Amino acid sequence: MDAAHATHAHGEHAHHPSGIMRWVTTTNHKDIGTLYLTFAGVMFFIGGIMAMTIRAELFQPGLQFLRPDFFNQLTTLHGLIMVFGAIMPAFVGFANWQVPMMVGAPDMAFARMNNWSFWLLPFAALLLIVSFFVPGGAAAAGWTLYAPLSVQLGPGMDLTIFAVHILGASSIMGAINIITTILNMRAPGMTLMKMPLFVWTWLITAYLLIAVMPVLAGAVTMLLTDRHFGTHFFNAAGGGDPVLFQHVFWFFGHPEVYIMILPGFGIISQIIPTFARKPLFGYSSMVYATASIAILSFIVWAHHMFTVGMPAAGQLFFMYATMLIAVPTGVKVFNWVSTMWRGSMTFETPMLFAIGFIFLFTMGGFTGLVLAITPVDIQLQDTYYVVAHFHYVLVAGALFSIFGGIYYWLPKWTGKMYDETLGKWHFWLSMIFFNVAFFVQHFLGLAGMPRRIPDYAPQFADFNMISSIGAFGFGLSQLLFVYIVIKCIRSGEKVSAKPWEGAQGLEWTLPSPPPYHSFETPPLVK
Amino acid sequence: MTNKIVKRGMALLFSSVYAGAAQSAYELNLQPPETPIAHQIYDLHTLILLVCVFIFCVVFGVMFYAIFKHRKSVGHKAAQFHENTTIEIIWTIIPFFILVGMAYPATKTVLAMKNTSNPDMTIKITGYQWKWKYDYLQDGIGFYSMLATTQDQIYGRAPKDEHYLLEVDKPLVVPTGKKIRLLITADDVIHSWWVPAFGVKQDAIVGFIRDTWFEVEKPGIYRGQCAELCGKDHGFMPIVVEAKEPKDYEIWLAEQKQAQAATKVDVNKTFTLDELKAQGEKVFNTTCAACHQVNGKGIPGTFPALDGSKIANGPKADHLNIVMNGKPGTAMVAFSTQLSDIELASVITYERNAWGNKTGDAIQPSEVKALRK
Repeated sequence: MDAAHATHAHGEHAHHPSGIMRWVTTTNHKDIGTLYLTFAGVMFFIGGIMAMTIRAELFQPGLQFLRPDFFNQLTTLHGLIMVFGAIMPAFVGFANWQVPMMVGAPDMAFARMNNWSFWLLPFAALLLIVSFFVPGGAAAAGWTLYAPLSVQLGPGMDLTIFAVHILGASSIMGAINIITTILNMRAPGMTLMKMPLFVWTWLITAYLLIAVMPVLAGAVTMLLTDRHFGTHFFNAAGGGDPVLFQHVFWFFGHPEVYIMILPGFGIISQIIPTFARKPLFGYSSMVYATASIAILSFIVWAHHMFTVGMPAAGQLFFMYATMLIAVPTGVKVFNWVSTMWRGSMTFETPMLFAIGFIFLFTMGGFTGLVLAITPVDIQLQDTYYVVAHFHYVLVAGALFSIFGGIYYWLPKWTGKMYDETLGKWHFWLSMIFFNVAFFVQHFLGLAGMPRRIPDYAPQFADFNMISSIGAFGFGLSQLLFVYIVIKCIRSGEKVSAKPWEGAQGLEWTLPSPPPYHSFETPPLVK
Repeated sequence: MTNKIVKRGMALLFSSVYAGAAQSAYELNLQPPETPIAHQIYDLHTLILLVCVFIFCVVFGVMFYAIFKHRKSVGHKAAQFHENTTIEIIWTIIPFFILVGMAYPATKTVLAMKNTSNPDMTIKITGYQWKWKYDYLQDGIGFYSMLATTQDQIYGRAPKDEHYLLEVDKPLVVPTGKKIRLLITADDVIHSWWVPAFGVKQDAIVGFIRDTWFEVEKPGIYRGQCAELCGKDHGFMPIVVEAKEPKDYEIWLAEQKQAQAATKVDVNKTFTLDELKAQGEKVFNTTCAACHQVNGKGIPGTFPALDGSKIANGPKADHLNIVMNGKPGTAMVAFSTQLSDIELASVITYERNAWGNKTGDAIQPSEVKALRK
């Protein structure tokens, strides 16, 4: 044991392949975390290019660049790639890097499965991208893939279905790994209620993933058999029901929304106390609020379907249940603000992104409350108001938390400090352009512009132009982020084990960068 | 009253952001409501928005106070408190009661929207890719309504007119002051019939009929769009409703009945090839050209070409079969439900004798009728 340890310390990982094979065969949680984050970054830019193409077409009324069917393919793939290719893998990347270091474990529980669950992803992404080049092009039914429109489409839809299957398998394996690691591999003395909040939010997220990814797989499998094997799950003429697809999809889809935000809550709950130099306010109520949100997420799905014509009792039940989610979400926001209250705050880039997150995510929460009110939702369903709402929670919410987390832990991961001035530039450019792009979309939705249309009536022209300018600015600002990360890795200043004065937790007891194998002897948590 | 308050509030909030760009096109709120339900929705939205803005100001007032006063650079020392059960219970319970206050009026509106009983008249609406059909069930008239904006305007070859993309060839006409029940369904994929000024948005679901209602107060023209992604031309199937005073409506109705009777043709009549081609071209351009294109070339990979195709140049029976019964799993639906015998006969004749296709076949309406079960 000691001998092996010595080899690691000196020769690093001499028994590992080097070059590209190191990354293909790696079972190390830090390597796999890096792979996940890099993959997410690449997909973020591919999805971003699609978004900017969409906004270019919407810059003015009339069709200038795209055919309507290609426009629909872009909106569909933008959604699928951002959800399954960018946001979810980024959070799994954080879990890989951080969960073992935060609970004092040497690695993830199932190291080989960890490798497999990552390496499925590039193949799924390839299927999605290749689908643009098959006859008829990529899936064009929206990321929600509603039947019967998705039954009509060409082979691009089949590739999308297979991609979703593969992505689902990857997520389930990742979730099993994270749950096992957290429940079995915590350092002695770290009881559940002593875990860092990031670990708690990921534990709950992983359970959500295991619960709902098979449901999505079921929905797309039914779609596949309807398309090719003569079943009629979604065909009324054969005794099926097209609305069944929506029920099954959103039974997955609503918990999925929280899968994409709960780990973000966790990251914010690590950042705020660090830079307020004050312990997190209401730790246990944070845990209970996260669990409540997760449980409620299973009984609100039909609020995405208020216009399908449910009975009044159904509409009322889903309205009340949805409104209830405001309570635990409110508790979280109040707790973050109370953590900042009477602290001794400094405003490095991670803290700026965390504050930006709280401010804008709360706005997305308020528009969510507006949309929970059934009659108002019926007016706003499938309009740009909804587009604005979910970009506030997914871009200013999930994505800002990812940026915050990267700036927060990058010095730990690389042993070097990023350029603080450029980081602040990145925050302010993102913050301003995000709002230019998406705030005006609330007005477009209220005034009656439907979503997923390639062309629009002239009264929507002014806000669309503003929104497109914001979107281009936001997209270009992200190039700065890539530059900052590369510059940090190449030539950042060396940092100590704990570069943030107020940081707490086991990961800061390790040197920066942490050794390839950390915590081979478990630390003792008091 | 509340409308005025929120309009002023919104203007104050946002005029500073977009100062200098204040034109009528920068609409900031819901469209002016024109039915009792739309009024209720408008007021509900106003109420909830104001509550949210109030909470927003309180929470972020506290946060920004802390950001400016409790920072290290002004020498503030961190306190170390990390819980307070009383305050945590208070901020769990107060939002709950605010939500109950919002849910009460919302519930009343939901129940009112769902109450489709005792209508004065009933209209069946069917969504097709990419047009609407309106059937006046009591009066026995029915017609299609589709986009009137030209391709030249869409592709920038002609100036766009005032109601670009929100204009149709034949609007739905309804009387004012009457409770109108809508029975909504679809023929191919899910659509959604939405007129913002009425507060009506109801998905049109294939194989199922859903109902909703409206009662419009003032005569006028009201515009909306399909709200559920329904394929390529989802953005190009607007809804236009013209509300007329009941007496004007009766005049319009009589005209429609007369016109419909005049266009009835004898299915047993034999038409010449040229007659069929001429009518077929009209049917093709309104019903088929969205996918197969006016030049019959289709869109490669998505919608097959008819010019030179095997079916349009092969046996008549196969051609009749695919047009009448559709091709499952594709956008080619069964047109026997949408088109009359003469329309089917003429459009198939046209397809077999247009562009490079020169079969010389003239298909008679009686042949189509014989194939219907």
